[in-house]
Amino acid sequence: MNKVVANADEALHDIPDGAVLMLGGFGLSGIPENSIAALVRKGVKQLTCISNNAGVDDFGLGLLLQTRQIKKMLSSYVGENAEFERQLLSGELEVDLIPQGTLATRIQMAGMGIPAFFTPAGYGTEIAEGKEVREFNGKQYLMELALHADFAIIKAWKGDTMGNLVFRKATRNFSTSMAKAGNITIVEVEHLVQPGELDPDQVHVPGIYVHRIFQGKDYEKRIERKTVKM
Amino acid sequence: MALDKYGIAKRIAQELQDGMYVNLGIGIPTLVSNYVPAGISIMLQSENGMLGMGPYPAEEDIDPDLINAGKETVTVLPGGCFFDSAESFGMIRAGKVNLTVLGAMEVSDNGDIAHWKIPGKKGKGLGGALEPGAAAQNIIVAMMHTNPKGESKLLPQCSLPLTGVRCVKKIVSDLAVLAITPQGFKLLERAPGISVEEIKAKTAGRLIIEGEIPEMRL
Repeated sequence: MNKVVANADEALHDIPDGAVLMLGGFGLSGIPENSIAALVRKGVKQLTCISNNAGVDDFGLGLLLQTRQIKKMLSSYVGENAEFERQLLSGELEVDLIPQGTLATRIQMAGMGIPAFFTPAGYGTEIAEGKEVREFNGKQYLMELALHADFAIIKAWKGDTMGNLVFRKATRNFSTSMAKAGNITIVEVEHLVQPGELDPDQVHVPGIYVHRIFQGKDYEKRIERKTVKM
Repeated sequence: MALDKYGIAKRIAQELQDGMYVNLGIGIPTLVSNYVPAGISIMLQSENGMLGMGPYPAEEDIDPDLINAGKETVTVLPGGCFFDSAESFGMIRAGKVNLTVLGAMEVSDNGDIAHWKIPGKKGKGLGGALEPGAAAQNIIVAMMHTNPKGESKLLPQCSLPLTGVRCVKKIVSDLAVLAITPQGFKLLERAPGISVEEIKAKTAGRLIIEGEIPEMRL
């Protein structure tokens, strides 16, 4: 039951070229900084990355774009990254843009063992092209498929050695669903604690979903848009 | 005179009712939170996973773990709470959020909305802009009546790719307040000093004008 590994390099040791990864976070908030750095060091290529955003040029997933390690991105919004745009326009990078709620639910359903679901989002729009439409109670819905990954890589605030996780403020975003959708789920935490130190009533992700956990270090926690009270 | 973006936000704020859960899109919609009428309490939803979103923080209270859907640093008010993205869009799709305010590039007279991308330009992605249009709830659009070339953005049919089908209930533009009805745009109010003739000239879609049209009271 002890899922602790020494560091990001050990946690990611078996990720092969061509792997499908999920990476948690929203914008630059709550991203697995240590693991992204370790992926750059490892140099794995041809990755498919499922993540709400693609980072900025020099932080977050932008680092893996700089090194051309990503073959395909599945995201909801990618507006903040010039290198991303350049690779997209030049055809170096495949991109699948998915509405945010549909992306979140596709990941969630993978963790719930449900292969497909019907959503009203996107009916009558470009998103609907090629998708099965069904009517329920007089309203039209699109069929969307669950989204799985070989490895889900997320960051939590606290975690115990058995993989139970607690998040802080608005950082749950995609991470709690991704934790449940990976064949192997890797978690870095700001605070690694012993079993019993987390209140069982307050656990956001039960340890059953987590395979490897490690104490992260040197968090930069960069802010994308610093806004303050006038 | 036509309203500026602050005027549009102020007029939309009059639509708020006590106890509403409200999602504000990026741009003019975000400004609405500055004009919540006295005595009214609303909860703002941020689709990255928060209810009870508060104003921007003081410098010393900035927290990288606390951002809004526009990735700006914000605060959370007493009674607020956090959740994940799947739950957040669940509450939007299920119609639990009472009011959504969106910007738009075009709206058609049957309530279709286009607020995503211009064809031929590579889109940066829809983000969370699609789900509100899919839910049977109240959507108000904040927009300019015409584009910079002076062409109407209130159309018989959207020319840009749709992001929502028959979902808009009301528009507050720089010139007018209009409801979407089965017969088309119904003119409810004029911006101060704007004539019915001007609104008519700048509305390409079907426009219904019944009786005296009052001026907005701001």
